[in-house]
Amino acid sequence: MRFSLSINGRIHHVDEDGQTPLLWVLRDTLKLTGTKYGCGVAQCGACTVHVDGQPMRSCSLALEAVSSAQIVTIEAVDGAETKAIQDAWVARDVPQCGFCQSGQVMSAVALLRAIPAPTDDDIDIAMSGNICRCATYNRIRAAIHDAAGRLGSGQS
Amino acid sequence: MRWRRSSGQSQRRRFGCLPILALVVVAIVLALAILLRPQPLPQAQSLPANHLRTEVVQLRPVAAFASIANPQARSIALFEEAGRVIQHPRCMNCHPRTDRPTQTDAMRPHMPWVTRGTDDAGAQTLRCATCHHDANFAASGVPGNPKWRLAPIEMAWQGKTLGQICRQILDPPRAHMNREQLLHHMTEDELVGWAWHPGGQRTPAPGTQAEFGALIKAWLDTGGKCPA
Repeated sequence: MRFSLSINGRIHHVDEDGQTPLLWVLRDTLKLTGTKYGCGVAQCGACTVHVDGQPMRSCSLALEAVSSAQIVTIEAVDGAETKAIQDAWVARDVPQCGFCQSGQVMSAVALLRAIPAPTDDDIDIAMSGNICRCATYNRIRAAIHDAAGRLGSGQS
Repeated sequence: MRWRRSSGQSQRRRFGCLPILALVVVAIVLALAILLRPQPLPQAQSLPANHLRTEVVQLRPVAAFASIANPQARSIALFEEAGRVIQHPRCMNCHPRTDRPTQTDAMRPHMPWVTRGTDDAGAQTLRCATCHHDANFAASGVPGNPKWRLAPIEMAWQGKTLGQICRQILDPPRAHMNREQLLHHMTEDELVGWAWHPGGQRTPAPGTQAEFGALIKAWLDTGGKCPA
């Protein structure tokens, strides 16, 4: 079946089964491979994208459920929160192997948009669905605090 | 090896480059043939049958309790039969006594680590809808329903006896519903109904929602008595 998807501000026409996970469409059909396949069962968060502004696991999202949604992937996420997160990620040298990082960044950006000055508990709750096999959690948390600080001080 | 020429001089036997090169080429070709021979791709293997079985468990119909002459005893017996649904993991997992749901028939803590939030549908930054959508999704195995959320903390069932649950659901401040609404919730609510259509290899609740609703109605009609 043919679907029109709004992804990163562009309309993409895809001809796939409606039950195809959005992740497959992003990676295999549209070649937007910044969004990663980690577990395929909504356990790791590597495939996180923004759907109408909300972070969602694209491996657990049917194509037919997002045909009228605004989808943003790691390739196009932007704004002050994204810039602050990117800068903090670089300054803290957050990634180790890096595989989970696009999902971590998408969740972190959504967190800062919802809670501009998150506490440790806020970060733990928001980021608990994003697994990092390299266990960079302390750097992730520190970088989110850094980014929140930059946003609060107007540096980003 | 040595041998003598007719002239009488001894000479070492010589091997040319071509035979050695030919041997090397043959070895490479053989190695490639072995490595690149057509092989079947790994196939996904099914779990053993005993791990896949989802047992269909029946509920006793209301008529089966007609022989209990004492109305109070009949009412309690009806609720105890309905309790097989109420205390089933498909129902109990979303009636936790903490802010976190459980999952699977073993009722282990939910993975990932999630909390109920202010509206029982997840924290502001990690909603249930991050993964759970309007329907069960076969590709990821994640269950779904339009009303997917936890029961309010006042409706916590885990850790309670069936008698305690019985008195709780008859107490409007804790049940958030009167008896009429309770009957409708048990009989008609689509999220309750998910328990009989959980998707994947999840064990459905016993019987059907209609049979369960009939038990609840008969229980209420007989005075809504509770086990000890």
